[in-house]
Amino acid sequence: MERYIFYILAVLLIVSAIAAVSSKKMLRSVIYLLFTLCGIAGIYFLIDYNFLAAIQLTVYAGGIIVLIIFSVILVHHIEMELEVAKLSKKLLVGAACALGLGVFLATIYAHDFKVVENFNTTTTEQIGLKLLSYEAGGFILPFELISVLLLASMIGAIVIAKGKKLVKSEKSNVESIQKNNN
Amino acid sequence: MKIALNITKTIQDLLLGFMPEGTASILAMVIIALIYLAIFSVAGLMLVLVERKVAAWFQLRIGPNRVGPWGLLQTMADALKLVSKELTGTVKADMFLYNLAPYFVIVSSLMALAVFPFTQEFQAFDINIGIFFLIAISSIGVIGILLGGYASNNKFALIGAMRSGVQTISYELSVGLSLLTMILITGSLQLSEIVEVQKNGWLIVQGHIPAVIAFMIYMIAGTAETNRAPFDMVEAESELGAGFHTEYSGMKFAYFFLAEFINMFIIAAVAATVFFGGWLSPFGITDSIPWLGVFWFLGKTFALVFLMMWFRWTFPRLRVDQLLTLEWKYLLPLNLLNIVLMALIVWLGLTIQL
Repeated sequence: MERYIFYILAVLLIVSAIAAVSSKKMLRSVIYLLFTLCGIAGIYFLIDYNFLAAIQLTVYAGGIIVLIIFSVILVHHIEMELEVAKLSKKLLVGAACALGLGVFLATIYAHDFKVVENFNTTTTEQIGLKLLSYEAGGFILPFELISVLLLASMIGAIVIAKGKKLVKSEKSNVESIQKNNN
Repeated sequence: MKIALNITKTIQDLLLGFMPEGTASILAMVIIALIYLAIFSVAGLMLVLVERKVAAWFQLRIGPNRVGPWGLLQTMADALKLVSKELTGTVKADMFLYNLAPYFVIVSSLMALAVFPFTQEFQAFDINIGIFFLIAISSIGVIGILLGGYASNNKFALIGAMRSGVQTISYELSVGLSLLTMILITGSLQLSEIVEVQKNGWLIVQGHIPAVIAFMIYMIAGTAETNRAPFDMVEAESELGAGFHTEYSGMKFAYFFLAEFINMFIIAAVAATVFFGGWLSPFGITDSIPWLGVFWFLGKTFALVFLMMWFRWTFPRLRVDQLLTLEWKYLLPLNLLNIVLMALIVWLGLTIQL
């Protein structure tokens, strides 16, 4: 039965991926992209990577797609259609895609995959322990780096959102200090 | 008295008697899905009726009392009327997305129902990331609302959808973090194990002070995530007409309406499972009769649903900026502090074990 579910998911993935790049309406292509991402989550569920599937749904479907929809709603009116590219550009992009696909397929077929025999489900606990382990094979360094990056982007967002207010208060502070000095 | 509550196993065994294994498992899935669909569409309609009765009670009215005994069939009649109504739509709407939107909302809320343990055995899908799965699914529902608002090609619908998006994205954080606070005690995301841990006392007792804070934050954020008053900026009748579903009629409108009530049930059911012990009876008084678990689970859930209805008919509506201030400046920092507090309590072993 798993095989049929995989085929259904694969058809869904391919059809919606093609529709996402060929649709002329912007929000429709976003929704096709959403279907693609959900299909990938479905494949993760199929191979019992439940945690990764839920991450895929939360981060990509729930977070990124919602943000893309937001930006589309802000900049794009419903009656506008995207313009079609010139034939020369189409050909160029098509050739580039074919080349990429060729490299990709050649790599996959050249690689000798091994079938895992005694398969056991990864639990969230194992992922968490691995993420915070500082022994060999642990992921503490990337984890910390990402934390710092996220913190920096959060502070950046606050500074951008409050930009004028921050500058004004600094100016008034400076002025008051100057007045005091005088 | 023995009732076969382990539905997935019972149905599968029954079907295995007269058909091959592959077909039986597919058919069992379809049958269970249909059972859940039937139960929860009726339960959703009943919740609408309860809401109207509670509203009437709070406003010293009688409420629906004409159709059936005590007006019990009122919402059924409403649903039949909605099924028979014409599906209207605007000419310049994006019909594909316009028709897709209600299904997004209703499917995402029905998917979440699969993981709840109604009793020890009555659970369709005991996934090992239960709570996280629920959070992941609930974050998809908002896409339906955004699509409905955009595709209607209507200003009010668009404003309603934008408000809904902002609100759901922000309050999702609080829902997730407050549930995470409780997961520090249980040490597992699986819903059946979370209930198992609570045999030594419900989590709201085990975790005492931080658990109560987490519960309050969860109820506030949960009410906001279902877009109900006092956070119903999405529909705000006096400002936006009907908000994102202004242009919907008939059954498509009914899907949005039903999804709102099923979402309310889901929020209450998660709270009942995580904070109040799910199907466990208080002090283990009915431990010898397992099927009474359904009664306790539904009792706790409906008590919390009543709490949410109480909010709705008591508090006035917030403004958008107040709504966002509440989340980002008060609930979120409080929640982060609460997680640290809970971690300290679990680390020092200060939880109350009955």
